[in-house]
Amino acid sequence: MIETVPLLVDAGAVFDASVLFDASVGLVDLPFRPGYIESIIGVSLSVSLTAVALSTLVGLPVALAVGFTEFPGKRLVVALINTGMGLPSVVVGLLVLFAVSNAGPLGSLDLVFTREAMVISQFVLATPVVTGVSLAAVTGVDDGLRDVAHAMGGTRLDVALATISEARSGIATAILAGLGRAISEVGSVLIVGGNIVRADGTSVTRTLTTAIQLEARQGRFEIALLLGGVLVALVLVINGVVLRLGGRRY
Amino acid sequence: MSIQRRGFLTGVGITAVSLAGCLGSAEASDSSALGTLTVGVTTSTYDSGLLDVLHSAFESTYGVTVRAIAGGTGQTLTRGERGDVDVVMAHARSLEDAFIESGHGINRRAFADGDFVIAGPPDDPAGIADLDTASEAFARIATTESAFLSRGDNSGTHVKERAIWDDSEADPAGAWYTESGQGMGETLVQAGQRGAYLLSVRGNFIALSDRVDLDLFVEGPVTDGDPALDNPYGVIAVNPARHDVEYELAMLYVGFLTGQEGQQIIEEYTIDGQPVFYPDGLSEDPNFDQYTPSEE
Repeated sequence: MIETVPLLVDAGAVFDASVLFDASVGLVDLPFRPGYIESIIGVSLSVSLTAVALSTLVGLPVALAVGFTEFPGKRLVVALINTGMGLPSVVVGLLVLFAVSNAGPLGSLDLVFTREAMVISQFVLATPVVTGVSLAAVTGVDDGLRDVAHAMGGTRLDVALATISEARSGIATAILAGLGRAISEVGSVLIVGGNIVRADGTSVTRTLTTAIQLEARQGRFEIALLLGGVLVALVLVINGVVLRLGGRRY
Repeated sequence: MSIQRRGFLTGVGITAVSLAGCLGSAEASDSSALGTLTVGVTTSTYDSGLLDVLHSAFESTYGVTVRAIAGGTGQTLTRGERGDVDVVMAHARSLEDAFIESGHGINRRAFADGDFVIAGPPDDPAGIADLDTASEAFARIATTESAFLSRGDNSGTHVKERAIWDDSEADPAGAWYTESGQGMGETLVQAGQRGAYLLSVRGNFIALSDRVDLDLFVEGPVTDGDPALDNPYGVIAVNPARHDVEYELAMLYVGFLTGQEGQQIIEEYTIDGQPVFYPDGLSEDPNFDQYTPSEE
């Protein structure tokens, strides 16, 4: 893992995927123009990372608030969050499409078939995952730790920080689960993004997943699988980075 | 270890920043001087590769950026009805007429003709190889209850298939008739795996013919076969009185497609050396049928 990342960085260019593909040309003849793979990887990453960053900004505070307080209806809220993890991506895509479509309430913003619309739909998909898994991590922290922090005269904030620190690997897992949900889904980004490439073959709203879907539709299963391999490799690298940042060795 | 780790994190940071920078510049190049045209296109033309050639030529001639959104004809027309695309390409006349009659589309032009073919398992269990017309072949498939795979997605191909079933006076019902609910390529692959007959756009069949175990049995007018397998493509601007669309660019696009240059590109385009479309946008004799709802 550590060996592969400096390779990508040293290459200077953004995730120079041609390094990856030169090796595979012998196996499958890739009918792609230069820059195509790199640009769809770029769109996949930028959309999903942005969506998950926003999901974390919203989901983590919600998880902490729900985890730290007792209120009537708390079990219902938790149930709703957990239900949200199972939202079908196509349904989310359709709802976002209806919102951003030119005939919809946000039509004047011209968001339909843009990366911004894709970020919105992935945000809706990833937020319940980030919130739900974070909540499980936070509530899983031993009550004893909170009592000790209280007993030592800690404020609510101190207790919260101590809990986050204790639950950080669980929170890192929550963020990764959200990212996994976002970067691997195809239903909503296809509907709200439109799978667009420019005439020069670079991506506007095509992601790895919608590219896989396109290749599969044309019966080019080997290439679809190859792109799937790229997606898995990408998620593997991000997992390595986040788990290192999370400070835990597994 | 800690130094190595810092270097690692710096590397990640640099990568993230350069990535963001790269995307920023990509964003900027989206808007060209004359604007961006969003075109709803059918999957069959999209997957044929013809549009890559047409849109490159259009972009370099006029400096307009084209965004092509592929979908079945039904889905594409729905995008037009919502004003999400500026111009639509379609190949199902009944749906196109409904689109125009409902006020969402204006100025329909015919721009290309292709055709459909009926393909099936090489051993031809229904025995349709010696038949000349699509409706006879469908009737034979139904009476022998041979496996048939439909698109089942309200695409132009699916609409044509239902019209042929109506002509054949056979009832496509029973365990032998199934729907894939997917695109042309996926349906061809599935039919090949399952040994089923299907109706396919010619271009998609040619593109996949060496990878699926299917033979071609009944052909359309491109090779002087059954005229009922005709597959005319229309291009329709979305009504600017109904929707906030790039109407002038849409008409520029319609003009390009039906003009000398666009028609020549369509005529010269081949898949594996075989022509799959022929242009029908230019004619010395007026063809009024292309402007008004057809009589069918």
